[in-house]
Amino acid sequence: MRLKIKVIPALLILLFSTYCYSQIDPSLLKRVPKDTVKNILNMDALYNRPALKINKTPISIGGYLEMNWQKMTTDGISEGNQFQARRLSIFISSSISRKIKFLSEIEFEDGGKEISIEFASVDVEFDPLINLRAGIILNPIGSFNQNHDGPKWDFTDRPISSTQMLPATFSNAGVGIFGKKYSEKWMFGYEAYLSGNFDNSIIENTENKTFLPAAKENPERFEEINSGEPLFTGKIALRNTKVGELGISYMGGIYNKFEDDGITIDKKRRVSVFALDFNTTLPRIKTFITSEFAWVYVDVPDTYSQQFGKKQKGGFIDIVQPILTKTILGWQKAAINVACRLEYVDWNVGSFKETGGNIGEDLWSIMPAVSFRPTSQTVIRLNYRYLKQRDIFSNPPTITDGFNLGISTYF
Amino acid sequence: MANINIFLKTSFILVVLNIGLVSCETSFVDLPQDDKLLDGSIEGLSASESTQFLKGDQAVNEVFNRASGLGPTFVSTSCISCHAGDGKGHPFTSLVRFGQIDETGNHFIKLGGPQLQNRALPGFIPEEIPSGTSFSTFMPPSITGLGLLQYVSDADLIAMTDPEDVDDDGISGNVNWINIPDYAIVSSNAISKNGKYIGRYGKKASAFDLLHQTVNAYNQDMGITSIFNPIDHYSALEIDPEIATSKVNDVVFYLKTLKAPIQRSQNDPAVIRGKVIFNQISCTGCHRSELKTSYSPINSLSNKTFAPYTDLLLHDMGPGLDDGYTEGSAKTSEWRTPPLWGIGLSENSQGGNLFLMHDGRAKSIEQAILMHGGEGQKSKYAFEKLSKEDKQALLKFIKSL
Repeated sequence: MRLKIKVIPALLILLFSTYCYSQIDPSLLKRVPKDTVKNILNMDALYNRPALKINKTPISIGGYLEMNWQKMTTDGISEGNQFQARRLSIFISSSISRKIKFLSEIEFEDGGKEISIEFASVDVEFDPLINLRAGIILNPIGSFNQNHDGPKWDFTDRPISSTQMLPATFSNAGVGIFGKKYSEKWMFGYEAYLSGNFDNSIIENTENKTFLPAAKENPERFEEINSGEPLFTGKIALRNTKVGELGISYMGGIYNKFEDDGITIDKKRRVSVFALDFNTTLPRIKTFITSEFAWVYVDVPDTYSQQFGKKQKGGFIDIVQPILTKTILGWQKAAINVACRLEYVDWNVGSFKETGGNIGEDLWSIMPAVSFRPTSQTVIRLNYRYLKQRDIFSNPPTITDGFNLGISTYF
Repeated sequence: MANINIFLKTSFILVVLNIGLVSCETSFVDLPQDDKLLDGSIEGLSASESTQFLKGDQAVNEVFNRASGLGPTFVSTSCISCHAGDGKGHPFTSLVRFGQIDETGNHFIKLGGPQLQNRALPGFIPEEIPSGTSFSTFMPPSITGLGLLQYVSDADLIAMTDPEDVDDDGISGNVNWINIPDYAIVSSNAISKNGKYIGRYGKKASAFDLLHQTVNAYNQDMGITSIFNPIDHYSALEIDPEIATSKVNDVVFYLKTLKAPIQRSQNDPAVIRGKVIFNQISCTGCHRSELKTSYSPINSLSNKTFAPYTDLLLHDMGPGLDDGYTEGSAKTSEWRTPPLWGIGLSENSQGGNLFLMHDGRAKSIEQAILMHGGEGQKSKYAFEKLSKEDKQALLKFIKSL
């Protein structure tokens, strides 16, 4: 469990206690209109969520739910039919004043097996180009970490490179600044944070490979940095209304405990992550393309095992083609999309010291999909995945394939 | 009312779609043929035995880290790292042993012997081979069919020995008499000599049984102590067990009940011809094509005849393969005959390559044959004299195993 927070239920009870004594008058719940500005960046995802406002309180609430059925088979052997309550996320936000806002997201994964505060920060605006953000922040590496709400995607599964190579929804206690500037055709945004950091688990884990998401398992990371040195995460994004959005991001810092009780126990070892993300919508045919590619560099001791790679790379590209937008079953502007995701991850870039041969440990996947969006906030999606994974020796790959059928909706 | 209708319609579509998918075949990938895989249990296990087999399978795949007891110096992080797909290993996970040159034992125990732990957790320093000793590199073997080998009786093994080469075929063969650990359970039909017992696993046949082999592997390869061997090899101190006894037992059961590799292309004329040649040039002098198990508490292993292509005996392989290191009573030039079953699938666990012989020095089956010296020399010469077609047939037969 990423973060056991026993106070969450208490907070929720407190939050709702003001109106749960009597039946709620639906007219008190007002849907907060989504930001209608077209030129939004991935970094705006936190602000660009539907929510309900309760009467005249300053608080808005919202969230999304994801569940699915799947039947996957690996090398011909299936675990059978599975129903999965992937996640329930609850957003609570508040305008403390016109230029001070509070945003949060609490996530319950796998039916409550994992409960975490994914995001909880206070944003203070000094100028559109200078905003202070402090609290539990989402480190803005790539685009998926910032913009990961289930209903926005046409695929049941999150991208492998964004969730297992990069740590998806990797959040830390931290502080930083962000800002935006835009003209008629151009938009520029930046973010820079210092936050909690990775730890030794990224190379000492049971995944048997360098695995940045292992750091998410450390419940201490919200109060103590393993290395004592903060993680820097920075991103710049540029958007042109006709071309699309390009993001360049970096995340890096010392991950290992190199000193304990004043005694040096190891040299400082660095983890660095570079990511490029791009999204665009092709004119006329409205094809939406989004992609992210990242490179991970980890200083792994030479005397450790090459099982844990010093370099990783991988990414994905999603192509989503709307094929029908009309009133369907009474839903106005309902849409049917066809989509395809291509994914690739090399967990261990390099060659064996013993033989000079290439280290395998890689995968690629193709996932065609059909989705039905009765409204923009709800998606029903059917995916087929074909995934090939090779072990460290590049032995014949294991092949996983099968179908997912799921629903995801904001509420 | 309209909204309710829409909801009902959509729900109906979803349910129909789901029922359709649930009841359909959802995979387009065929189950690999059984003879192409090393994984899988022997036939005839009971439900409880199958359950223990699966628990063992899970334990073999367990990855250790600092928190679960790995190291601090080690060779590998899991069983499966060395035996991918239960097959032969890769030079990346080969191990090095040092410190013993004759049957007087290992004189480098206090200097880290017998096994080099060449990797270390961050903050620790791995071992180096101490000066003044010879060493040998061992490739991880395939781990299939080992249960059948365990239940070949000692009497059968001794019956195959010919230390004085009485039959004058150039092949002697001997058992390795070893000291066994305190925890070893000696069967009633075991044969001992001066308090020593017959070893049958490992390159030098220095492991008594699969429990001995497994406990050693956990301790020496991964630095995992158990109730059977609680000595931490790094500190040389007794520490708490880092693995549950039940888990060790599950792994032993898994190793016992992994199926034997299945021969492929048995009816191919070239394979049939190759088998005849294999006999004719006396490869079967060591790589015995038939062994038999005695009683086993696991019913599926009792009184079975099988074809491992080994005699489990030590043979002098000549100076070319003599690394100057040994274990038990074996001479430095003596090696236990490796089973040939499964050799044709080795490429599938060695990354599309072949790394044969004890240290992986042979990159093809033909190279491996040509490296045979000592007791294998006559067969090597006979192989060299074969016609091109006969060589190809022989190689095809070996690849079918």
